[in-house]
Amino acid sequence: MRRALAASLPRPALYLAAAALVLLLAAPFMVDRYTLSILILILYAAYLGQAWNVMMGFAGLLSIGHALYVGLGAYTAAALFVHFGIPPLLGLFPGIALAAAAGALIGWLGFRFRIAGVYFALLTIAFAEVARIGFDHIDWLGGSGGLFIPVAAEKRLDLLDLRGGIEMYYYLILALAAAALLLSAVLLRSRLGYYWLALREDEEAARSLGINLFRARIAAVLISAAMTALAGTFNAFYNSNLFPEHIFSIGSSIDIILAPIVGGLGTLMGPIVGAFILAPLGELLLSLTAALGLDLPGLELVIHGLLLVVIIRALPGGLWPWLKHRFGFAASASGGPS
Amino acid sequence: MPASLVANVVLSGVLTGLVYGLMALGLSVIFGVVRVVNFAHGEMTVLAMYATFVLFKALGLDPLFSLVPVALLLFAFGYALQASLINPFVKRPEHEQFILLAGVALVIVNLLLMVFGPDAQHVDLAYAYDSFELGPLLVDKVRVYAAAVAIAATAALFAFFRRTRTGTAIRAAADNLVGAAVVGLDFKRLFALTFGIGAACAGIAGSLMILLSDATPALAPDFTLLAFIIVIVGGLGSMPGALLGGVLIGLSEALAGLMIAPSMKSMLSFALLVLVLVVRPQGLLGGKR
Repeated sequence: MRRALAASLPRPALYLAAAALVLLLAAPFMVDRYTLSILILILYAAYLGQAWNVMMGFAGLLSIGHALYVGLGAYTAAALFVHFGIPPLLGLFPGIALAAAAGALIGWLGFRFRIAGVYFALLTIAFAEVARIGFDHIDWLGGSGGLFIPVAAEKRLDLLDLRGGIEMYYYLILALAAAALLLSAVLLRSRLGYYWLALREDEEAARSLGINLFRARIAAVLISAAMTALAGTFNAFYNSNLFPEHIFSIGSSIDIILAPIVGGLGTLMGPIVGAFILAPLGELLLSLTAALGLDLPGLELVIHGLLLVVIIRALPGGLWPWLKHRFGFAASASGGPS
Repeated sequence: MPASLVANVVLSGVLTGLVYGLMALGLSVIFGVVRVVNFAHGEMTVLAMYATFVLFKALGLDPLFSLVPVALLLFAFGYALQASLINPFVKRPEHEQFILLAGVALVIVNLLLMVFGPDAQHVDLAYAYDSFELGPLLVDKVRVYAAAVAIAATAALFAFFRRTRTGTAIRAAADNLVGAAVVGLDFKRLFALTFGIGAACAGIAGSLMILLSDATPALAPDFTLLAFIIVIVGGLGSMPGALLGGVLIGLSEALAGLMIAPSMKSMLSFALLVLVLVVRPQGLLGGKR
């Protein structure tokens, strides 16, 4: 597994990655709580971006409804904990199963009835919206008033129940982000990964080579949905509250796709690079407007919008491939996307 | 449930649906010609709602009059957008077009949020609560006016595409881009015109919409989805289809609001969408996709 990732990176990049990993591991001992909370946001975005990238970046399936899987993972684990006291470390599995089932249904509809491209994107949005409106009306889950997870005493570390200090959440999401990176690296170099690239680039050619398109695509949806649901469970227990209007919203789905697009679609480092650019940018804007005594709630999203337009116009491959080329990381890399 | 209540709800659903239809018609025209899905369509509609609101507040203009300047404004906006940003994207992959327009949508809706805030804004007209009485039926005047304008605008658009040289040229570019280029049509200009016309439809629909509901930035993504669902149900690229789809969705929303709960009304639209995608993916009146 390590070799797969290491082989994809030239030496200077490898050293850089190792240094970054050490810094990230040491971060809770070096920075204050505020900075740590920003790092959690960044790693959360990187993890989700990695999950979304499996569908769009690898298999070429545009999903604008990933908020659905986040919400299902979040609500399942939270409801099992709140109503039955089932710890989230167990509750995350039904959450993953439910999200995967929803993904399978959407995928089946989409691929069986040849709903492709923007039509498929619309199908994914439609399901997320149905969930948003539906969950608003489920009283057992708090409806539109929200579902709240009781907050325990901060100091007590309870990994099984995912209750603890900010450091616990930090290390959890760091581990998840690292695992997602490794998983993506392994997937890209697996038979399935090559199938995805083949069908993304040329569907007819892939079919003529005997690749089962339906199976390969469903696999991408299942893996991506399952990964995303896990982030939902994390989200629920980190924030301790859930609102359908927020977690299932189109805005949440758009948030998920930002980092990989800015960083580089279909690349391993893209979601990470994108997340490390976007979240600090948002914080910078926030403190800047606060320093000027302004209250501009939409400003960050205006900037995000402009960023999307500029990136897709000038660098449709994203920043990472450009950076890699610019600073010579690509010199010894051998072709494949990394 | 009394029959007259149902009849009232059905009628008002159909009238609202005609305004939806006009909005969706803009999306359909843009897709039919430029082959780009305008993911900022609802945002443009809400932009028009706010423009109408500003004209009402500043000059006291009735939305039924200000829809003309608003339509022109949105036409200029759409023309400029296509000429500057979208024309280079016509040949790019679908997801890149989507991301471009999603970015434009984010910018529009959040600029509106920054300028006008999240609260609902409305125009208070003297005749806002008047209604026509037709036997047992009571129909809101504003709804009747809005639907009448929507029908007139749609008819004008049909006439433009059928009867004028520019309209014919645009249809030529839609049918056969290479052929149109060979005979010397400037398709970039035609695309910009088309996008302008599509945006103007959203503009008129927005001016009418503020007669029927308050304006908030949060409406924008809902309208985009709504327009998208309507054209898929009716048939993407089919002009009568957009109108039919609008009426069907307006009707289903009204009935769902009556029979289930107003907050559940879009559920039925989504169900209709999935049904159409599965059973008849080209839409009710669409040709082959």
